[in-house]
Amino acid sequence: MIAEVMSVAIFLIMFVLIILEKWERHQITLVSGLATIVLVFGLGMHSLDAVIETLNIHGIFKLSFWYQAGEAAENSTGINWATIIFVAGMMVMVEGMAHVGFFRWLCMKIAKLVRYQVIPIYITFMILSGVLAMFIDSITVILFLAAVTIELAQLLKFNPIPMILSEIFCANLGGSATMCGDPPNIIIGTSLGYSFADFIQNTGLIAGVSLVVMVFYFYFVFRKELKKDAEAEKAMNVYPEPDKIITDKRGFVISTIIFLCAVVMLITHAQTGLTVAFIGVFIAAATLIAAGKNAITLVKKVDYKTLSFFIGLFIVVGGLEQTGVLEIMAGFIEKISKGDTIIMTVIIITVSAVASAFVDNIPFAATMIPVIKSLASMNGIDASVLAWALAMGTDIGGSATPIGASANVVGIAVASKEGYIISWGKYCKVMVPASVLVILISIIMIYLRYF
Amino acid sequence: MEKQLILAVGREFGSGGHEIAEKLAAIYGLPLYDRNLLDTVAKECNLQPEMLKRFDEKPRNLLLSRKERGLSNSPEYNVAHLQFNYMKEKAASGESFVIVGRCAETILKEYEGLISIFVHGDIDKRIERISRTMKVSAKKAEQLVAETDRKRRHYHDSYCELKWGDARNYNIAIDSSVLGIDGTVELLKQYIDRIMQNR
Repeated sequence: MIAEVMSVAIFLIMFVLIILEKWERHQITLVSGLATIVLVFGLGMHSLDAVIETLNIHGIFKLSFWYQAGEAAENSTGINWATIIFVAGMMVMVEGMAHVGFFRWLCMKIAKLVRYQVIPIYITFMILSGVLAMFIDSITVILFLAAVTIELAQLLKFNPIPMILSEIFCANLGGSATMCGDPPNIIIGTSLGYSFADFIQNTGLIAGVSLVVMVFYFYFVFRKELKKDAEAEKAMNVYPEPDKIITDKRGFVISTIIFLCAVVMLITHAQTGLTVAFIGVFIAAATLIAAGKNAITLVKKVDYKTLSFFIGLFIVVGGLEQTGVLEIMAGFIEKISKGDTIIMTVIIITVSAVASAFVDNIPFAATMIPVIKSLASMNGIDASVLAWALAMGTDIGGSATPIGASANVVGIAVASKEGYIISWGKYCKVMVPASVLVILISIIMIYLRYF
Repeated sequence: MEKQLILAVGREFGSGGHEIAEKLAAIYGLPLYDRNLLDTVAKECNLQPEMLKRFDEKPRNLLLSRKERGLSNSPEYNVAHLQFNYMKEKAASGESFVIVGRCAETILKEYEGLISIFVHGDIDKRIERISRTMKVSAKKAEQLVAETDRKRRHYHDSYCELKWGDARNYNIAIDSSVLGIDGTVELLKQYIDRIMQNR
C-alpha cells in the first residue's frame, strides 16, 4: 500500500512542479524518477527486479530491439528506449536539414510558387504544416513556418496571427496522422507494437479528413481578415529568392536524400522488420557522416533536455505500473463504462483531449498506455481502437489551449517576439471549436469503422 | 563625445517615483521612457500599442503559461522581453535616457552609464498621496497601494535574481517621504552629478 501511495504522490508532485516551472521539466522528471527508484521500488517494494525492469537497459541488447521479423511491442514497462533513440535520431536529422536551410527554402519556394499571394500562401502553408508534421516534430515545423510567415507578413503587409494559428493546428493534426508525428504516437506505437502503416491507415485517415475540414474552417473563420489583407497587397519589387537561402548545396541534396530515406524506411518498416530504434540510429549516423566537420555542432544541438525528460517520465510511470495503480485506474474506467467498448473509447478520447489541453500530452499518453492495455485484456478486446482514440485525443486536445502542446507555445512565442501578441482569449476563440470539431470527427469515424 | 547617462528608477506605488523620474529627465534634458516605451516599440514595428499595454508590467500567470526551448506563450512575458530588448538596443546605441520600472536596473546592469535608483516611502504618506492624486477614499487608496506593489514585486521578481526594492540591487534607495519630491530630486541630482564627475 505504501508503495502505491508513494508512486501516486511522486507522480502528482511531478505534474504540479512541471506546471509551476520553478525548475526545468527534465530536472523535475529525473529527480522524480530517482525518487521512484529509491522510495517506491526500494523502500516500498524492496524489489530489485522492478528497478531492472523499469530501467529496461537489457532490452537494448536484444536483436528484437533493432530488428523484428513480425510485429511486436518493444516492451511492456519502464523506459521506452526505442522512443528515446528514435527521437534523438530525428533531432540530429532535423538539425542537419535546418543547418543547410532546407525548411526556410521549402517555405519560401512554396510562397514563390503561389506568387506571394496572401490567400494561396495561407492555404498552402496550412497543408505544408500538416504534411511536414507527419514526419518531423511539430516544434521544428512551427519554428520555421511561423518565422517565415512573419517575414512574409512584414514584406507583404498582412496580419500573420491567423496564419500562425492555422499552421499550429495543422501541425498538431499532421502529427496525429503518423507514428513518428507526435511523441505520444511514438510511445503508443512502440509500446503496443503498431507500425507506421497501422497509424496511417487509422489515425492518418481521420487526420486526412479532418485536415480538409480544417482548411475550410480556418478559411471561413479568418475570411474577412484574409480578404482585407489580400486586397491591401502591394506590388513588390524585391521578392526573396528561395535558392539563395541554401547555405550548402551539397549538404542540402544529401539532407534531402536522408530525409526521403527516413520517410521510406518508416513507411516500410513493418515489411523490412527494421524497428524505429534502428531507423533513428541510421538517419543520425548518415546525417553525422554527411556533415563531416559540422557533426559535432549538430550533436551539440540535440535537445538533451527533452530526451532526459522522457527518461525520468518513463521511470515515474513505471512506478505507477509496477505498483498496480494504473490497473486500478483501468478498473475504474471499466466500471464507469460497464465494459461497453464504445463508452470506453469515448471516455478515453474525451478525457485525453480535455487533459491534454491543459497538461503536457506526453506524460498523459505514457500513463494511459498501461491503462488501455489493462482495459483491453480485462474485456478481451483489441487494444488498437483504444490506442487510436488515445492518439487522437492527446494529439488534438493539445491544440485547444496555448499551453496544450509544444508547437502552440513555440508558435505563439515566435509571433509575440515580433510584437504580434496572441492572448488566451484570441487563441481559444478559434482553436477550441476547431479541436472540438476534430474530436467529434474522430469519434464518428472510429464508431463507423470499428463498431 | 558626452558620457552616457541612463537613470533607472524603480518605485513603490504612491512614493512619487514617477514624478521624480520626470523631474530628473527635465533637469538632464533626457527622454523619459515608461508606459510610453510600448508606444515607441509599437510605432517602430507597426503594431497596436493597446494590445501591448494590456500586458505591461504584469507578472506571468504560472497556470496559464508554459515554456518550451526557452520560449514562452505568456503575453506578459513576451511584452516584458520586447521592452527589455528595446531598452538594451537604446543603451547599446549610446543613448542617454530615464526609464521608469521595467526591471531596468537589472536588464541594463552591464552598461557603464547606468545609475539605478529605488524610491520608496512611508505607507501613510503614500496612501495619502494616492488618495489625493487619484481622488479616491483612503481605504480604496490603501487597497490600490497594496495591490500595485504586489503586482510590481511579482513582475520584477519573476525576471530578476535580486528582489524588488532590495537595496543591494540599486545604486541608491531613497525614502521620498523624508525630503518630499523636490528635496529628493535635489539630493538625487547631487548624487548623480558626483558620479558623473568621477566617471
